[in-house]
Amino acid sequence: MSRADGMIVRGVRRFGAVTWFLVRLLAQCGPAFARPGLIAHQIYNAGARSLIIIMLSGVSTGMVLGLQGFNLLQRFGSEDFLGVAAALTLLRELGPVLTALLFAGRAGTALTSEIGLMSATDQLTAMQMMAVDPLRYVAAPRFLGALIAMPLLAGVFNVVGVYGAQLIGVQMMRVDAGSFWSQMQTSVSLHDINEGIIKSLVFGFICSLIAVFEGYHAEPTPEGVGLATTRTVVASSVLVLLLDYVLTAAFL
Amino acid sequence: MVDVRDVHYGIGDRKIFAGLTLRARRGRITAVMGPSGTGKTTLLRLITAQAYADSGQILVWGQDVAGLSARAVFAMRTRMGMLFQNGALLTDLDVFENVAFPLREHTDLTEPLIRELVLTKLHAVGLRGAAYLMPAELSGGMARRVALARAIVMDPELLIYDEPFVGLDPIALGVIMRLIQKMNEALGITSIIVSHDVHELETIADDSYLISDGKVVAAGTPRELTASSSAIVRQFMGGSADGPVQFHYPAPDYTVELLDDGQS
Repeated sequence: MSRADGMIVRGVRRFGAVTWFLVRLLAQCGPAFARPGLIAHQIYNAGARSLIIIMLSGVSTGMVLGLQGFNLLQRFGSEDFLGVAAALTLLRELGPVLTALLFAGRAGTALTSEIGLMSATDQLTAMQMMAVDPLRYVAAPRFLGALIAMPLLAGVFNVVGVYGAQLIGVQMMRVDAGSFWSQMQTSVSLHDINEGIIKSLVFGFICSLIAVFEGYHAEPTPEGVGLATTRTVVASSVLVLLLDYVLTAAFL
Repeated sequence: MVDVRDVHYGIGDRKIFAGLTLRARRGRITAVMGPSGTGKTTLLRLITAQAYADSGQILVWGQDVAGLSARAVFAMRTRMGMLFQNGALLTDLDVFENVAFPLREHTDLTEPLIRELVLTKLHAVGLRGAAYLMPAELSGGMARRVALARAIVMDPELLIYDEPFVGLDPIALGVIMRLIQKMNEALGITSIIVSHDVHELETIADDSYLISDGKVVAAGTPRELTASSSAIVRQFMGGSADGPVQFHYPAPDYTVELLDDGQS
């Protein structure tokens, strides 16, 4: 078997392993809802704890959009469209994508290393020995928590981003506030918002699944947990960017 | 109670057990000893149905563990307690919640009852005062005692200890040994201890088995084992470097390799 064949076989195996894991995980998601407290705790862990970096990144992205957009639109004398341009870019592209990348780096790695360490210190085996399925108690609530948190974070990112763009465009560059907001209101359609929501749902699903899968299957050693954490970031980021193209093409 | 019959087990090409036979009898402390890497922990995985033997039978309470459904395995495990080497306490719960964990998962007991049970078990291991500490704040010996309290909170019939004496200071060691004996005498729990600490086992075990090369090479009371004339038993119990288990990993002749300039 050549090296390329080996890579393909490994890739297919991995895909199979992830799919099988997903099936078992989904089967445990129903029972996990019986413990809303656990899920709420994970929404807090994955969501609330990522809020600061999401807001910080959102406002700076919005400010850059304000600056670049103003510079570009000014050349055509259409600064009034700055609001629409910023809102559409954020809603349809930057909001979901950047949130997903940040989410993979902040919450995804935290999930992977947490679950990996639990497995390295025998906590998952101990649960099995106490006749508790760690998929239900550990994996499912974390997966659901992250899945719920990610679109909410993308929403926060968008709102903060629009304000960032407004801060530069309206407050600094003196674009008319009335046209900034009213143009945005008339031109942003439900279709654009749906695109953003669906993207952030898909990305949230991908990031949460990869983070939980990698943690659950990490080699139970310090090196293994480190490697799994790296794989989480790499795999989530690459998949998010690839899928972003596919979804964009599907929506246009 | 636990009956291991002619078990063969291997991982990849490596044979771990080749015809292992041993039994743990009700109400007794059974020690399973052996050099590192003989698969002592693997044996526990087989008994608790975390892994399955390639051939042979493992009967726990008369049931063959290989034939059990996932549900039946969980039912079997609720009758067992297992003490892990490092305690394996859940790091995001405090000591009280760790001990309460099996109760909350498997019973509908009221909060006051859970509280009473947990505090009783913690009192038994002398850590009632530590109930609201987090696992990270405990010493190794304390963590193992908490894990012991958790292992007995469901009143198991069988307690399995994986290397319970490793890395403990003499005081903690004495405490753990007394606790194991107390559990066995006061509660009538059957115990299986996997360890290589010969002297500790000598004082508390009722029966012991010495495993080497995938088989039981000696069985009997610890006293009988100490008095045994078999070379491997004498080497293990006496702790000598050479004997049937060799100190040197297989290598070419020492002089030849030293004189060799590494070119050939």
